[in-house]
Amino acid sequence: MENTMTQSAVPNRLSGNWRHYLLRWETFLLLVAALVFLFNSFASPYFLDPWNLSDATFNFTEKAIIALPMAMLIICREIDLSVASIIALASVSMGLAAEAGMGTGSLVAIAIAVGVACGLFNGLVVTGFGIPSIVVTIGTMSLYRGITYVILGDGAFTDYPSEFAYFGQGYVYWVFSFEFVLFLGLALVFYVLLHHTNFGRRTYAIGNNPTAALYSGIKVNKHKLILFVLVGALSGLASVLLTSRLGSTRPSIAFAWELNIVTMVVLGGVSILGGAGSILGVVIAVFLMGLVTFGLGLLNVPGIVMSIIIGAMLISVISIPVLLGRWRAMRERQS
Amino acid sequence: MITNSAVLSLRDVSKVFPGVKALDNVKLDLYPGEVTALVGENGAGKSTLVKTLTGIYQPDGGELYWKGEPVDISDPEVALQLGITAIHQETVLFGELSVTENIFAGNYLTRGPLRRLDWPAMHQRSREILADIDAPLDPKAQLKGLSIGQKHMVAIARALSVDAQVVILDEPTAALSHHEIEELYGIVERLKKSGKAILFISHKFDEIFTIADRYVVYRDGNFVGEGLISNVNEAELVEMMVARSVSETFPKQTVSIGEPVMTVSNLNHPTEFADINFEVRAGEILGFYGLVGSGRTEIMQALYGLSKAATGDVRIDGKTTQIRSPADAIADGLVYVPEERQQQGAILDLPIFQNISLPQLSKLNPKGVLNEQREYELARAYGERLKVKTSSWDQKVANLSGGNQQKVVIGKWLATQPKVIILDEPTKGIDIGSKAAVHRFMSELVEDGLAVIMVSSELPEVLGMADRIMVMHEGLMVREFSREDATAEAVVAAATGGLAA
Repeated sequence: MENTMTQSAVPNRLSGNWRHYLLRWETFLLLVAALVFLFNSFASPYFLDPWNLSDATFNFTEKAIIALPMAMLIICREIDLSVASIIALASVSMGLAAEAGMGTGSLVAIAIAVGVACGLFNGLVVTGFGIPSIVVTIGTMSLYRGITYVILGDGAFTDYPSEFAYFGQGYVYWVFSFEFVLFLGLALVFYVLLHHTNFGRRTYAIGNNPTAALYSGIKVNKHKLILFVLVGALSGLASVLLTSRLGSTRPSIAFAWELNIVTMVVLGGVSILGGAGSILGVVIAVFLMGLVTFGLGLLNVPGIVMSIIIGAMLISVISIPVLLGRWRAMRERQS
Repeated sequence: MITNSAVLSLRDVSKVFPGVKALDNVKLDLYPGEVTALVGENGAGKSTLVKTLTGIYQPDGGELYWKGEPVDISDPEVALQLGITAIHQETVLFGELSVTENIFAGNYLTRGPLRRLDWPAMHQRSREILADIDAPLDPKAQLKGLSIGQKHMVAIARALSVDAQVVILDEPTAALSHHEIEELYGIVERLKKSGKAILFISHKFDEIFTIADRYVVYRDGNFVGEGLISNVNEAELVEMMVARSVSETFPKQTVSIGEPVMTVSNLNHPTEFADINFEVRAGEILGFYGLVGSGRTEIMQALYGLSKAATGDVRIDGKTTQIRSPADAIADGLVYVPEERQQQGAILDLPIFQNISLPQLSKLNPKGVLNEQREYELARAYGERLKVKTSSWDQKVANLSGGNQQKVVIGKWLATQPKVIILDEPTKGIDIGSKAAVHRFMSELVEDGLAVIMVSSELPEVLGMADRIMVMHEGLMVREFSREDATAEAVVAAATGGLAA
């Protein structure tokens, strides 16, 4: 009897965990972002202008939209480095369709369909042949991009319907662009998907231990395939936004974006080894990177220097908590 | 200072983790040329102790003495320099490297001013060390091609190559065959003769009484007692371990056996097994006995949909089923508790409640949206039924002891309310108290009308728990015993390929 008494006293959670929240990665990122915001608003008089801030969001929303499913894919122990090439291929497909006189709705459908097809191909090769996704998608990165060069050569598509411009240039309300509002909406969708659905839970399970997940009845390969398709689909969507914003397609469109996207995900606290991370972290990381880039832009820092600063920021922001943890452990040992 | 002949001594050592005191003022003395057996249930603090001795954990209190002088084993490097080496239950070796590379990993022999690696010398030295322990392995062979027993030999050779003074054997026999265990005893004798102090951790009393000179008992992180093996008997040791006398080790209950639940016919696999036919009935425990490598686990994995190459006919409740994946198996009411609890069973970094709900998320949350309250209820129901020891249900499974991890895995499967449950080495590497709990639990399961298939390498367990025993030898089912006919000698003879039965 006594045993059942003590057993029923086991709580669901241990209470008094406010420290736990305070010490989270997301809190730290938010703090850094706030500091950058403050610094920017003192460093440049143009920073706090709503329209300037709004313009700044265009620099990262398309990438950020891909970072959302990418975070889930990386949590699931896979990665897709072909996303920028998928944007290019989807953009070229839209260009061809536009030349053939298709309307705006069809263009969007085509871009997303191309994205889904590319993601499906990546996923099938990875799960079907059991080849590591980093290898497969480095391959398809060249493959998809190569096709755009074959089709376009030195040329460009510029004849898009006038309504098509809305996706990348339109505003929903006041300073809030369509792109930005779409990103916020998708962030909410992915937050729910990763943290509040069976699908999200299985993503973590696979990322932590694919073998045990398989033994637990999870269809691991199917799950990964869905995530690859999701990444592809959103890359197609990002292609719509980017193409619409630029109003043209060149084969070099979105070149090397995959690394920016992976940087956002990793900075957001997603473990590159899989199994851990949150959408909130990725969203904060997106804003942090946006703030830094915009602030430096206002100060007329050249692009090359900017990439040096972003690289240094990534390394330091990630290493500070590690070093702090070590320092704390050392102090505990000494006391 | 400590004045006795011990090479390594611990006094009042404590180690605290969030919510648990893993070690609470424990003591330990290891003497040169003697084997000290450390006994205790799961959660007694054995693993923590080993990690403290090898510098992986730092104690929160107490002192360590090396030959009487205080010493601080601040990291694994220091342990290695002192000459403390551990051979773990799940041996940590490098599969892609050769035997020699494994033996000298991190400690290479070099020559010349450029410190070039001296492979001829290392191969030569490996050959000598291996010959010394009677393990005729090719030093250039790749490790992943070796058997588990041979890998242990390599691990031991590695320990010897660094001129260890303290050798920790952490459940070294868990995965070894009978013959390999005999060989291990020989090696331990040789280590003793060369003056090494040996800490031997095992759950098997016959081993402890065969090779140990001294014993130390821990319970729940506390030191309970120590002494010479010659002054103690098994019952006394068990009592110290569990602080209660364990009279009935195998709580087998008579259950009326019902209709066949699962019938397997003509199950074949191109390389692993052939012509497997059996049925298991409601309320029955069917034992599968055989040596390591006899195909038992492969059969179970094939039934569970993990082997594409297997063919055959499986009926559950009279209906032919096509099981192509674990998901199919679970849907048909067949679940599998795998042998490798940490790699295949539990997802260590997820909390207990998420592990338990994992196989039936779709059933719990038909709309696809998580309902944690329902998950907690499920976890609590089965966690309490299995008496999982934890501070909360959202603890990571990694923070539990081995026995409690196994309970979570079993709970996860029971929660799906299966018809047939396959337990693959259900008590491997868990202590006697948890073992009895698992056995008692198996009896409860069959009382509820489940059909249980138990794969085991432990003869007493098979003889004690199974209603019928299937004996495997080299991929074939060589004999079937009823509970009454099964004797230790006959079963072992069949499993080792003896024709006379």
